[in-house]
Amino acid sequence: MKSTNFIDNLPKVYGIYTGGFIGFIILMAIAEQMGMTAKAIGIAFVAFTVFIYALIGWLSRTAQADAYYVAGRQVPTVFNGMATAADWMSGASFVAMAGGIYFKGYGYMALLVGWTGGYVLVASLLAPYLRKFGCYTVPDFIGTRYGGNLARFSAVVVLTVASFTYVTAQINATGTIASVALDIPFQYAVYIGLISILLCSMLGGMRGVTWTQVAQYIVLIIAYLLPVFWISNKIGAGFFPHFMLADEVARIGELEAQFGFVKNSAADLATVPKGLAGITKAHSAVNATPWAFISLALAMMMGTASLPHVMMRYFTTPSVKAARKSVGWSLFFIFLLYSSAPMLATLSKLSLLDPNLSTGIIGRSVAEVQAIDWYQNWNAANLMFVSDFNGNGTVELNEFFMGGKAVVLATPEIAGLPYVISGLVAAGGMAAAMSTADGLILAIANAISHDVYYKIIDPKAETAKRLVVARVLLVVIGFAGATIAAMEIQGILGSVIWAFDFAMSGLFFPLVLGVWWKRANRQGAIAGMLGGLAAGTWYLVWVRTGGSGFLGITQLTFGIFGSAVSLVAMVVVSLMTQEPDKATQKMVDEVRVPSGKTILGKQ
Amino acid sequence: MSNQEKHWEKSRGLLMITLAIWFVFSIGIFLFGAEMNEVSGPFGYPWTYWFTCQGSLGAFVILIFWFANRQEKIDEEFGFSEREDE
Repeated sequence: MKSTNFIDNLPKVYGIYTGGFIGFIILMAIAEQMGMTAKAIGIAFVAFTVFIYALIGWLSRTAQADAYYVAGRQVPTVFNGMATAADWMSGASFVAMAGGIYFKGYGYMALLVGWTGGYVLVASLLAPYLRKFGCYTVPDFIGTRYGGNLARFSAVVVLTVASFTYVTAQINATGTIASVALDIPFQYAVYIGLISILLCSMLGGMRGVTWTQVAQYIVLIIAYLLPVFWISNKIGAGFFPHFMLADEVARIGELEAQFGFVKNSAADLATVPKGLAGITKAHSAVNATPWAFISLALAMMMGTASLPHVMMRYFTTPSVKAARKSVGWSLFFIFLLYSSAPMLATLSKLSLLDPNLSTGIIGRSVAEVQAIDWYQNWNAANLMFVSDFNGNGTVELNEFFMGGKAVVLATPEIAGLPYVISGLVAAGGMAAAMSTADGLILAIANAISHDVYYKIIDPKAETAKRLVVARVLLVVIGFAGATIAAMEIQGILGSVIWAFDFAMSGLFFPLVLGVWWKRANRQGAIAGMLGGLAAGTWYLVWVRTGGSGFLGITQLTFGIFGSAVSLVAMVVVSLMTQEPDKATQKMVDEVRVPSGKTILGKQ
Repeated sequence: MSNQEKHWEKSRGLLMITLAIWFVFSIGIFLFGAEMNEVSGPFGYPWTYWFTCQGSLGAFVILIFWFANRQEKIDEEFGFSEREDE
């Protein structure tokens, strides 16, 4: 994995890899027919894919700073797009998103719009300019543009808070999947997940992570799309679900009207296992106020443009031009999964609701449903529950409960697909969570090793020593994340959304204004980063401890308040203090044109 | 006005157009979400529902590629595009 020859051969290498993976799926399908147990298939899928990632990680080992931090800046546009898509789509996107849409409908789909629209901001406001800068990390940009160790350090603080919030959720997700697939307790599975994650990144840094993320994208997209298409064809909803589910969406509306949304009493709900929910919201109706929808979407969009683990993927492209195009490819690959999530939610809901389908359970007798195999399996896994609240002997819409994860994990089994698909889905979820965790841990470790250790503490350190520090930090941060994940404090999705809010509170305006406003200076940037982060954190704590909030900003959108404070602080303090020196202004001018050497390459 | 200033002015113009289109698909249509959802849209889905599932997402993909091409043209026009061997 060293010569440029390898870069030219990429399509071939990954073509063979994809073929090999499909071959493996077929092999498992045959093994299932021959009597291989479900558990063995699950183990085989997770073990095989993790082994491949570890192999790629080992082949990508490096001792050069450029390869370790930015993959040698030679990742082609399309492949960088795939790597970014894997970096981006976390365990939450893969496992929890379709479930969120299933239960909450329109109000939740603000996340779909927010997590894609943010890339327009990345492409137009930031990525090409940061690529031109030639930095290794996001704080590297802040530190050089604004100057001074305090600015650099403030950026590291914001990055660490946001990324660490995010990474615990990802390690948690790898642990959940490993514990289900390998059938071991969660507390141990978390560390197995962590070791798999570190195998990808430790030896090769950004280079290792890049090539494993491409491999992980291929696994996760096959694992997500195959069941969606298969189920759609199986229940006769159409061979291309994205364009053909309008009748099914309308049918769900009819059924909802027919069954009605009956509100359960608190006493009844208390008997439902924790974490499960019933269908209480219409599938396709607009069920949120414009501001509730827009504020959530806006927070996610600005958060996207501030998250360092995404931004640093565009440091690896060969040119500024390639960085722009690469953002487009990233979003295209993300679009493939995100546009399928609502289709999966629709198919899953219809399968369970429609009495005309053999899988429908609403309206059937409670005893009959409780005797179904898949119901028993998922009930045992604490992801499904029916109860006869009104005592009439049949399952009503308000008497059926499911966990959010079950939409992705259980739908293939409900629709009667072979178990090999469930094994594939487990491997996909593992790939999604691992790739994001790798990107995040690397972002934190690189920022601390490059910006704090090399730039602030010991600027004379040799490359070998820097890379040792970087790797030690990688392990330390990984273990810290796993330890917190093992405590199971928050749900997967909540902490992911918080990470976006933290990032936008502290970094959005200091990054954007660094390129687009020449007058922005060091004092302003520091005020913006620390003021924004402090304000956002204060708001979150206030709302969590019973504060009423204002302007409809909730604990999921506190970044809107944080970033507003950040903007005001940055502009006011910048204007009250001296404008940046001539050299800095000239540097900004150079960042704005693609041609010529990178800014840091000149120094 | 120097060559570089003209280049930046044009780039800024492109940014404004890009952000305006972005605004329409990410915020504008959801201001009228409830009203628009009554109407049957592409492939027979309700309009707002379709935009949240596919429409806006697809529009963003196209918008980024369009933006990248336009910006490349601007860079070429003022002689600021990168040489391939760089």
